[in-house]
Amino acid sequence: MSASTTPKIRLRGLSKAFGAKQVLDGVDLDIQAGHGMVILGGSGSGKSVTIKSILGLIQPDAGIIEIDGRNVLAMNRREREELNDRIGMLFQNAALFDSLPVWENVCFKPLAQKRMTRAQARDKAAEVLAQVGLAGSVGDLYPGELSGGMQKRVGLARAIAGNPEIIFFDEPTTGLDPIMGAVIDGLIVDCVKRLGATAVSITHDMASARRIGDTAAMIHKGRIVWTGPAATLGETGNAMVDQFARGEREGPITMELRK
Amino acid sequence: MNVILNFLASLGRAVLGLCRSAGAIALFAAEGVSHLLRPPFYPRMFLRAFVEIAYFSLPVVSLTAVFTGMVLALQSYSGFSRFGAESAIANVVVLSITRELGPVLAGLMVAGRIGAAFAAEIGTMRVTDQVDALTTLSTNPMKYLVAPRLLAGTLAMPLLVVVADILGIMGGWLIGTAKLGFGSATYLNATLTFMQPMDVISGLVKAAVFGFIVALMGSYHGYNSRGGAQGVGAATTAAVVSSSILILALDYVITEMFFAR
Repeated sequence: MSASTTPKIRLRGLSKAFGAKQVLDGVDLDIQAGHGMVILGGSGSGKSVTIKSILGLIQPDAGIIEIDGRNVLAMNRREREELNDRIGMLFQNAALFDSLPVWENVCFKPLAQKRMTRAQARDKAAEVLAQVGLAGSVGDLYPGELSGGMQKRVGLARAIAGNPEIIFFDEPTTGLDPIMGAVIDGLIVDCVKRLGATAVSITHDMASARRIGDTAAMIHKGRIVWTGPAATLGETGNAMVDQFARGEREGPITMELRK
Repeated sequence: MNVILNFLASLGRAVLGLCRSAGAIALFAAEGVSHLLRPPFYPRMFLRAFVEIAYFSLPVVSLTAVFTGMVLALQSYSGFSRFGAESAIANVVVLSITRELGPVLAGLMVAGRIGAAFAAEIGTMRVTDQVDALTTLSTNPMKYLVAPRLLAGTLAMPLLVVVADILGIMGGWLIGTAKLGFGSATYLNATLTFMQPMDVISGLVKAAVFGFIVALMGSYHGYNSRGGAQGVGAATTAAVVSSSILILALDYVITEMFFAR
């Protein structure tokens, strides 16, 4: 990391508490433009809160979030909405709007901003659905009629439809069978590469982390404890990361379970 | 001593909680209304909510109104006939329906149908991240989900109450002529003579307020629901109960404003 290039996303001292529980305790992280960053961590380690803070869905208690060198926490609502125009997000359970057919879901943003007629949006949706391997006829179905894997793909289509510069993926393979997980990972890598986007994923699926990430960061108890190349996961030499990557019960990370 | 202190503490907590909710609801309402004044607008969302309230509530509200008018005529007859005042029945029916029962009963029925539906729909969207998804798609969820519903509630309820007024009076007429022996023309004549514009207008103002309240409580409780299916269920209940109570309380306030001497 050379000091001259501004990271696409820069976090410094990000903190957030819910009641007495300190979820984020000073997260520092740099994510380079065009890079694939995977954030690893156990349940409740604060990885979801981290990306929700970057997205503006959660207001952190303290810290700095910069995107392209601009402090997003100081932005007014309009600037924030303009920034969100350049960001895509795939939610864990896809979070498709179940009152709208698939094609309106995919082209929700241009339709809501009236940048497209409904006929144009329909064509555009078919085009984007093809990029995630779905037939245009899927566009007329409702999200409730789709399988989990198809919902994820539609969610991915919605996230990339606006050609975003940054895409967030919240546990993209959770709840899918291994083959479908690999398919989704492949689509993610293709789409991110085609857009030249910066991808930030959170996951605890190691196979997925190696497939979609260039760099990995491990978050534990609200802090980043390790950063390194995703390919080395499992043999990093960091006891905590290796325990997590191999899924071992014994190690520096202890689950707070009552015996 | 401790018992008393504990009691006072819990009383204080309840009062503070009430104040907090009242403030939160007022801010929520103000933000929702402010979005009606600033583009972009979502006419599709408005239309959907409007049709849901005005058109699909018609059967429920109509049945309620007809039977209310019928029972009103029947009860007033059994009361007034003791004083030989049967001729006042048309008056009682038209006054009660247009001033009170039309808007209040329609409001309560709509609170059950629409308040619950809004709370459940927005609440489910909240717990399945769809509300957050709106934000990430550069769409303000208050503007997209709440504002159109508030407008639809306020505009649709008066239309429903016009129908309820007509059908309620028709219910009274039905019993008056078919059972109580009034002539059709006499009854309708008496109705038209006694019907004052202010009675109808006050009823429609109430309707608009009740429509706003139902949409507001449904949206507010749905928007702030937490914790999965149980949270959505609690939000639905809270929406129906709070809007029903507010309808009855505001009914008194508006009546006082219009008719207190």
